[in-house]
Amino acid sequence: MLTRIYAIVKKEFRQILRDNRSLILIFFYPVFMLILFGYALNYDVTHIKIGIYDLEKSELSREFIKTFNSSEYFDIVKYVTSPEEADRSLNDKTVQCVVTIPVDFSKKFYSKENASVQFLIDGVNGNTATIIMNYVNSATLGFSEKVSADILAKEGIRITRPLNIAGIFWYNPDLKTTEFLIPGLIATILMVICVTLTAISIVREKEQGTIEQINVSPVSPFELILGKIIPYIFLAILISILVLILGHFLFGLEIKGRIIYLAAGTILYIIAGLSLGIFVSTIADSMQVAFQLSTLISQLPTNILSGFTFPIESMPPFIQIITNLTPAKFFIIILRSVVIKGTGIEAFWQQYIYITIFALFFLTISMIKTARQRRTV
Amino acid sequence: MNSIEVKNLTKKFGNFTSVDNVSFEVYRGEIFGFLGANGAGKSTTIKMLCGILEPTSGDATVGGFSIKTQSEQVKRNIGYMSQKFSLYNDLTIEENINFFGGVYGLEGENLSNRKKWVLKIANLEGKEKLLTGSLPTGIKQRLALGTAVIHSPNIVFLDEPTGGVDPIERRNFWDLINTLSSEGTTVFVTTHYLDEAEFCNRILLINAGKIIAGGSPKELKENYIKTIILEIECGKTIDALTILEDSNFFGSATIFGNYIHVKLKENDTEENAKDFIVKTLSESKINTSRIDKISPTLEDVFITLLEKKD
Repeated sequence: MLTRIYAIVKKEFRQILRDNRSLILIFFYPVFMLILFGYALNYDVTHIKIGIYDLEKSELSREFIKTFNSSEYFDIVKYVTSPEEADRSLNDKTVQCVVTIPVDFSKKFYSKENASVQFLIDGVNGNTATIIMNYVNSATLGFSEKVSADILAKEGIRITRPLNIAGIFWYNPDLKTTEFLIPGLIATILMVICVTLTAISIVREKEQGTIEQINVSPVSPFELILGKIIPYIFLAILISILVLILGHFLFGLEIKGRIIYLAAGTILYIIAGLSLGIFVSTIADSMQVAFQLSTLISQLPTNILSGFTFPIESMPPFIQIITNLTPAKFFIIILRSVVIKGTGIEAFWQQYIYITIFALFFLTISMIKTARQRRTV
Repeated sequence: MNSIEVKNLTKKFGNFTSVDNVSFEVYRGEIFGFLGANGAGKSTTIKMLCGILEPTSGDATVGGFSIKTQSEQVKRNIGYMSQKFSLYNDLTIEENINFFGGVYGLEGENLSNRKKWVLKIANLEGKEKLLTGSLPTGIKQRLALGTAVIHSPNIVFLDEPTGGVDPIERRNFWDLINTLSSEGTTVFVTTHYLDEAEFCNRILLINAGKIIAGGSPKELKENYIKTIILEIECGKTIDALTILEDSNFFGSATIFGNYIHVKLKENDTEENAKDFIVKTLSESKINTSRIDKISPTLEDVFITLLEKKD
């Protein structure tokens, strides 16, 4: 039995290595996905382009403007001189927000009336506008607190706030989206590659008739499937390592938890993907159908239902139940726990079990189907 | 004990009966030809005998093992090669041999001895590193046969092994089959080429899932062709054919290259017919240069048999 499995493994490796074009594609795909998603799909808002319309030009107004200049969230790109120019700048997108400081800014401020500042924000992209709004709010609030504390201090009064908010975002302190996206990307890349490659490698044998020669040999469905899977496990592990290294150098990804947990989860997930691919190969009869079916079955659920791009909590209850059908959902939990949080196994051992059940389910079905097809076709 | 014993083997696909209650046996070491038109049930029978297709009813033993209950043992003891080229084109010759050797559990010295043997019979010594896809069809088929019997099985099934192969390579291929047979391997072969069927020790003709004739090529010709066939060489072949056909003197008349073949009616004698031909043709001023009695080919046998069926 071992001789037979070894023969299949060796043959499969040879075929993978000989097909240069596919091999390049297999390694190019993760790099492409990572760069595309890592840079393009980014919810972070930094370097907001600010225009300043300073009607007063006083010491205080300059100090206020300085708060925007000293933060990486804002870039002051221009000073406008009229309301029309402010309007135009927002229109042609040279700025995203115009700060208008009124003529009586210092006067009102020092006379302890409420000085007001106007922010005109480009609201075309609602999401971005809300974020800009929050940023300028907190910048203004910070400025006003600092200055009023200074003024009161001159008068000998120390102020204390009864309640102080000090929010810290754990695990991802800067709320960077890349940290949050990379686990999902790894899940997608591995799923697509595992499902597509195995499905095609088996269906190609059907299409070219080589499977017939294997069917009349003493190779059992179990040996055939195992021999087909082993080389792709190695390949997928290489790809995972590649993605992690790229994630580190491109996006500063650090693995906070123990590598062994990550490796175990990844290997289980890879096996789940491969078993799904084998299942596809038992349904599809041509490479074209196999390719389309595997793309559909791997990419869509992994992208949409796994919590990678859309939070599962905000889906309708029915869809939430369906999300349990994709192993990516559970793998992403493992990845986020191990890579970003660095938690121990207690946080994700159930996910291991789920993925294992998924893999075993599809492997068993595929073996039964293969055995049955052999006797009837 | 016979190599293959088939008893009342039947295979139905839905309402369609592909193989209908077939029984026969194949002796040890013989070359057994299994002939029939496309869709006659040849491949279905082979697949059942190889243990990859379950019969609807009936059973067969191959190498002493039942195809129904011992298909795993059957697979270990047979070789199989089909018309569809089943080696991997993207692997080298040696890698293909290693793979199939491994599939049949060969290792180490055993494997390297058999590898040498396969390379020798396929005439590919020293070309181990060539990609299999780059070989011409005839050589590919010899390599495929070599790998199919790499585990030295007692019985080998060849399903239309010479499809698309040129005549010289076909002859080489049959030399190989003869070698295998002389070494004691039972060869079960299907073919479309009736000249190839002449090389078989025994032949079975199957039509619409049923056996319609069987025996050695010689027996078939003697048993099924009772009439005499004459070959005529004459001028104006086409006109002569029309005249002979219209005369209603013969069972049939057909053109064979530059000659005419006529099949006599059952009670006619050779002399009588020769006289008639010369006389009839000379009346139309056609000169007859030669008339010979020829021995029937298997093709004549099969056409006669299939016409009888219809």
